[in-house]
Amino acid sequence: MPTNDARLVTVDPAAQDGWVATRLDFLVNWARAGSLWPMPFGTACCAIEFMATAASRFDLARFGMERLSYSPRQADVLICAGRVPLKLAPVLRRIYQQMPQPKWVISMGACASTGGMFDNYAVVQGIDTIIPVDVYVPGCPPRPEALIHGIIMLQKKVMQERLKDRELHVEMEPDPTSQLYIPPSRIDELSEPFGNSVHQTRSAP
Amino acid sequence: MSRMRTIEMALGTSGVDSRGNPLRAPLVAQGDRAIAVDTPPLAFEPELDADHMLINIGPQHPATHGVLRLVLELDGETVVRCIPHIGYLHCGFEKIGEYRQYNQIIPWTDREDYLNSPGNNVAFVLGAERLFGVGMTDRCKVLRVILMELSRIMSHVVWLGTTSVDIGAFTPFLWLYQERENIYNLLEGWVGARLTTTATRVGGMAADIPDGWLDGLKAFIKGFPKTLEESVGMLETNAIWAGRTVGLGAISAADAVNAGLSGPMVRASGVAYDVRKDFPYLDYETYDFDVPVGSQGDVYDRFLVRVEEMRQSIRILEQAVRRLPGGPVNIDDPRIILPPKHKATSDMESMIHHFKLVMEGPRPPAGECYVPVESPKGEKGYYFVSDGTAKPVRWRIRPPSFVNLSAIPKMVEGHLLSDVIAINASIDIVMGEIDR
Amino acid sequence: MTAPSDATALAPILSAAVAEDSNGSPITPGLIAHRGGPVNGTADTLAVQFGEAVLRTEVVWGETTVYLRADMLHAAVRWLHDTPSERYDYLVDITAVEYRDADRPLEVVWHLRALQRRRFLRLKVELVKRQPLVVDSIIDIYSGADWLERECYDMFGIRFDGHPDLRRILMWDTYREGFPLRKDFPLRGRFSRAEQLKQALAADPEARYSVNELSIAEAFDSLPEDMKRRIAARDETARDNAAAEFDA
Repeated sequence: MPTNDARLVTVDPAAQDGWVATRLDFLVNWARAGSLWPMPFGTACCAIEFMATAASRFDLARFGMERLSYSPRQADVLICAGRVPLKLAPVLRRIYQQMPQPKWVISMGACASTGGMFDNYAVVQGIDTIIPVDVYVPGCPPRPEALIHGIIMLQKKVMQERLKDRELHVEMEPDPTSQLYIPPSRIDELSEPFGNSVHQTRSAP
Repeated sequence: MSRMRTIEMALGTSGVDSRGNPLRAPLVAQGDRAIAVDTPPLAFEPELDADHMLINIGPQHPATHGVLRLVLELDGETVVRCIPHIGYLHCGFEKIGEYRQYNQIIPWTDREDYLNSPGNNVAFVLGAERLFGVGMTDRCKVLRVILMELSRIMSHVVWLGTTSVDIGAFTPFLWLYQERENIYNLLEGWVGARLTTTATRVGGMAADIPDGWLDGLKAFIKGFPKTLEESVGMLETNAIWAGRTVGLGAISAADAVNAGLSGPMVRASGVAYDVRKDFPYLDYETYDFDVPVGSQGDVYDRFLVRVEEMRQSIRILEQAVRRLPGGPVNIDDPRIILPPKHKATSDMESMIHHFKLVMEGPRPPAGECYVPVESPKGEKGYYFVSDGTAKPVRWRIRPPSFVNLSAIPKMVEGHLLSDVIAINASIDIVMGEIDR
Repeated sequence: MTAPSDATALAPILSAAVAEDSNGSPITPGLIAHRGGPVNGTADTLAVQFGEAVLRTEVVWGETTVYLRADMLHAAVRWLHDTPSERYDYLVDITAVEYRDADRPLEVVWHLRALQRRRFLRLKVELVKRQPLVVDSIIDIYSGADWLERECYDMFGIRFDGHPDLRRILMWDTYREGFPLRKDFPLRGRFSRAEQLKQALAADPEARYSVNELSIAEAFDSLPEDMKRRIAARDETARDNAAAEFDA
């Protein structure tokens, strides 16, 4: 009977995953998902809500995020909480590159996911233009429950990984001249204004 | 090529960094030896003191209260020079303000000093209302005082919690954050948002308080002093806390005034400057409260000043709750205030009125004004310049943390590296406000 | 005394700078007239002291603004700070305003406060846009002017003569797009998003910029040659010229 419990790994006989391999996958994923140590790259208001999530009312520690690691070398998840201006972009890229594999990224809040309400000269329009993102948590700022939902979503994603997937935890290689890892045209396409933002070039009354 | 490789193997490094720039002493192959080629002497000789070390704190750092970067020149553990770098959270607030109507800018004021968002909302509309030449109802005045004092408590609570964590005490953070959660409950019941409240509008408030809200506030007023005394009691006479804060980062009254410091920073140094007392707004002169003024200007004094401010805020809240009058919360000015929703969806005139106000926005007369308020960080003011159109020509945020932080090089000189963290924490900075 | 909150009657009761009850204690000002409120006495004494350099005085929403000629700004601020009867000892803010009307000059604005006397004054200097945007720095009078002037430079391109270390503060040092708060600078910047990202990522987060830091930093030697020479000659105009390419 198919179930919705993501902790159970679905075995497809045709895929030739042996019993040992799937049990090993499960063990590794369970260990990883249950002890994701976050690196809170907190910049603005979302960082305050992150702190509230870590405080006693919502308590992130129950989800394995007991130890907040401010050193990227010892972290698993980069939680980018807050808006990332262009001046901070190389710092974020450097911090991400300093994290050892396997690593994941949660983009917390509207500003980290898409630039949020700051569609202007100073803000990166979504950190996924700089680093690869696994989970986006919308909100401005997202409620602690929303962040926890995002974390659980990440845990489910981790549970579904397979050790034999070689492409999974390969370090991103940006283009050496431009330092971008997605094509510039794609970045421009993603960052185009739409809806209300289209009118913001009109400062006129 | 094989010659180069021999050099590399002998040294273990390639002599160039990841970008191809030569490392400090560039090596050049000469025969099969490698020699360091000195760069030609320059007219400007850098003064390198061999004993001093340059270290970099931030911008990503748990204890800098945001994305602040401090470059410190250290002589052992002692700081000789400190050069702060800011701008890592610069998001173009003031530029965006020129493209938004006045009521549309209010959400941005939440994100700027995000620890006391309701206070920023109030500060903004006080300035905007002066620019429009309108007043506010009596009920609105008292509600705004409640918002300002609640947000003062909110901000100081985070300050105390995070400063304790910086200095090494984790428990006050958890206890005080629970109090902040209680305030979040109140704000959520009133305006729907915990942190980014956007609680005010030009001419009034986003909404009136719901029934039973005052009971929640009274319960908070009753419960908060107990938590505060518990947390502060752990720190006030604690030998470790005192040892780490007394005598640190002192700044004299004259220096503080000359540097433009405000708020607890300047009051801890002995200057009794509080915008609520000296340039009152919202009828603060009619409330009975004291303003704590320190004497030494060190970190411990700032701690005491902020704790006492929280106690005084509770006092003001008690008075505000008692005097809250009835009546409308928005002024009766159709040029600024939207019609009630039920009318806007049924009555043609109201619908057109609503449409015009939302699409075009209310227009103030041409002019400018600056209305300061006492935010938890210091003197906060919004300077508006209007040319008669719906969007301001210039929206300037006078950031108290920006000016307060500029005094940090003076304050940390001669102190130890670990004191830098304590002194930085005592300034109570919010990078959102500094960098805007 | 609470003032009436009747929005329709704009009773010109008090000036924002001087709102006091009969005992001289400060109170919340009531509704204030748009124009024509009482003038801050300092404006008159400034006019007496500096004569021609005081171009005009305006009172808008109760706040007094004195327009000064650029060359007398430093002297006027020094006088305001030092004279015992004025004692404007507190610098609140330094900023600039550019109007949408292209013909209006750029205004540099100083907000000063006399703490003991509870007075507020706004000083302005108008800078014609086609000319170099230069005013005097008042960092020798108020130490708080340091960062405020740097920010004004960063956002508007106004140079403060006499500031020891005028470099960008909010944008990164090698920011090429221009001066963001100018009206000819579009909201989303001049370059495409990909180009902005490219330039931002190319900035080295560990670079040290000021001569101050460079004098002690080991990074000095690994700077590119031309930057070293430029800094050695204290030549900052090259950097500003690159940034000013986009300004009319």
